[in-house]
Amino acid sequence: MSEIRKSRAELAIDKKAVFGPDVDLIQYGVPAEDASDGLNLETLTHEDRAQIIHSGVDLDDQNRAGTFLQADHRIVHCAVKQPGLEVLPMATALDEHPWLEELYWQAVPVDADKYTAQAELHFQNGYFIRARAGQHVTTPIQACLYMTHDKSAQNVHNVIIAEEGSELNIITGCTTAPRLQSGLHIGISEFYVKRGAKLTFTMIHDWAEDVVVRPRSGIVVEEDGLFLSNYVSLKPVRSLQMYPTARLTGPGAVARFHSILAAPPGCELDTGARVLLEASHTRAEIISRTITTGGTIRARGHLVGLKPDVKAHLECHGLILADEGVIHAIPELEGHKAGVEMSHEAAVGKIDEEEIEYLMARGLTEEEATATIVRGFLNVQIEGLPPELQAEVDRAIEESEKSML
Amino acid sequence: MLEVNDLWVDVNGKQVLKGVDLNIPSGETHILFGKNGSGKSSLLMTVMGFRRYKIRQGRICFKGEDITRMPIDKRARMGIGLAFQKPPGIRGVKTRDIFNVCNTNEVSCNALAEKFEFSELLERELNVGFSGGEMKKSELLQLLLQDPDFVMLDEPESGVDLENLDILGKAINKLLQKHLWRTRAKSGLVISHLGFILNYIDADAGYVLMDGHIHCRGNPRELFKGIQRHGYRECVECQR
Repeated sequence: MSEIRKSRAELAIDKKAVFGPDVDLIQYGVPAEDASDGLNLETLTHEDRAQIIHSGVDLDDQNRAGTFLQADHRIVHCAVKQPGLEVLPMATALDEHPWLEELYWQAVPVDADKYTAQAELHFQNGYFIRARAGQHVTTPIQACLYMTHDKSAQNVHNVIIAEEGSELNIITGCTTAPRLQSGLHIGISEFYVKRGAKLTFTMIHDWAEDVVVRPRSGIVVEEDGLFLSNYVSLKPVRSLQMYPTARLTGPGAVARFHSILAAPPGCELDTGARVLLEASHTRAEIISRTITTGGTIRARGHLVGLKPDVKAHLECHGLILADEGVIHAIPELEGHKAGVEMSHEAAVGKIDEEEIEYLMARGLTEEEATATIVRGFLNVQIEGLPPELQAEVDRAIEESEKSML
Repeated sequence: MLEVNDLWVDVNGKQVLKGVDLNIPSGETHILFGKNGSGKSSLLMTVMGFRRYKIRQGRICFKGEDITRMPIDKRARMGIGLAFQKPPGIRGVKTRDIFNVCNTNEVSCNALAEKFEFSELLERELNVGFSGGEMKKSELLQLLLQDPDFVMLDEPESGVDLENLDILGKAINKLLQKHLWRTRAKSGLVISHLGFILNYIDADAGYVLMDGHIHCRGNPRELFKGIQRHGYRECVECQR
């Protein structure tokens, strides 16, 4: 099976992605095997520790059910604190669970584009997280993918499984060492939400200015399952393109995607989500709040209603804070049956002067009033998100605010 | 407290105020009557400093200082407060957070909200989905927290039901220190379209603003009676 996968990947290694600027993979090398040998929590430099903590990772594992930390291709820390929960490096998981082969690359095609192909051909681990059937892991599990080598590529493959009736809350912080200027991050993430399970995935990106990021995510949600995704990227990054696709395969399945994005000058973000409502009584929601202070954002969303009695809503709101900035909202609704209920709203513009002046009449300076309005705009209260994770999202927004404005 | 001299103002190239003069001494409340579109709100917005209102001529002085070119926030911090007729909704910003911004005297927001039956709205987004009465209440409570020396109210009674008018009347009286007599320092300029507010506050003077000019200064109750009987046009032609 892996041979077939490999040959499919080899055929796709030059295949350009449908969206986003093309990346020359040869420009990014793979760090030498021993480049980060001997790395563990104790040997991390003060600088690295500070950066990882800044991305939302608690290095003391406090209030975390499990932790996974990978620097470049090396596993720095992998720990589990709750029974019924598995957190493993992907290579170990593939060895320990032969059945995983059946799921591996099922939610994301290995030959989707050159990035999926590279992740297969130059596999550099990643994480495997699984909640066993009926286990409610309400305390968040944290994962961090950290890049330390300049001009290198990190190719990881993650699989997350919430077994029947289980609950998982994951927070991932992806970041780069302060000394790193450029790099390529390819992250394949496959999510399997089984019958009646709930999976919350919160991802906070904090890259260096010249980093190129190509996540490729696929989600399969079974009957009465719930998948909740929260994505926050407020720091400069040269180019980010992703378009996760969720398939709602069982009746009553729900997927919600919330993104909070900011594009400073020189930054190009092409993001969104697609949901295929393949069973009746499924529901989907895609909400994005985007801000440009000079960069370009393409905020996509695509809802595909394939069965009657499905409900879906798409919302793209963009705020342009600098004349050089561009926000292109591309909402798509595709209904294939009578009885689908799908809607969208999109709005792109500048801050209403009246709102700024209203707050100034309460004594705020113009800068304070603008910051208050921007913070409010980004303040998406996500239904069903555990308070600890909402706090992390709020913290990321608060920290980015000063540099953003 | 507030002196406006020969004020000429344009909005989007249209003249809305044409030589307005006003003098509101410390401790006094004045009422401004006028038809829709007569320039009443424009006058308040200009005194507050809104940029859309371009001052072509004239001067605004507050507490003896020329504030004609002063930014809005500085005017607010000097002690000018405005309750908007239709405040904008601010998405994602909790009403409580703006109450805290306004709270200059460390008053308990919870206690104040409870007193004015506003507690449930504190956690809601500011002015988003508020009814007319809720908006007015929110505006007045913000001013109570801000505690300005000069209070401007833009049609505080519009869209408010009778039950809430009484509550709002109490809030306005508190704002304008109507319980004090000799030591009252707060002043106010209140726009009233329907005149209901006269049942709740004692005002010292009234004017009619029409076509950008102030006409007919006098006792506010008598003025309002005149307007009710003869309409604004007659009232202006009378030129007392």
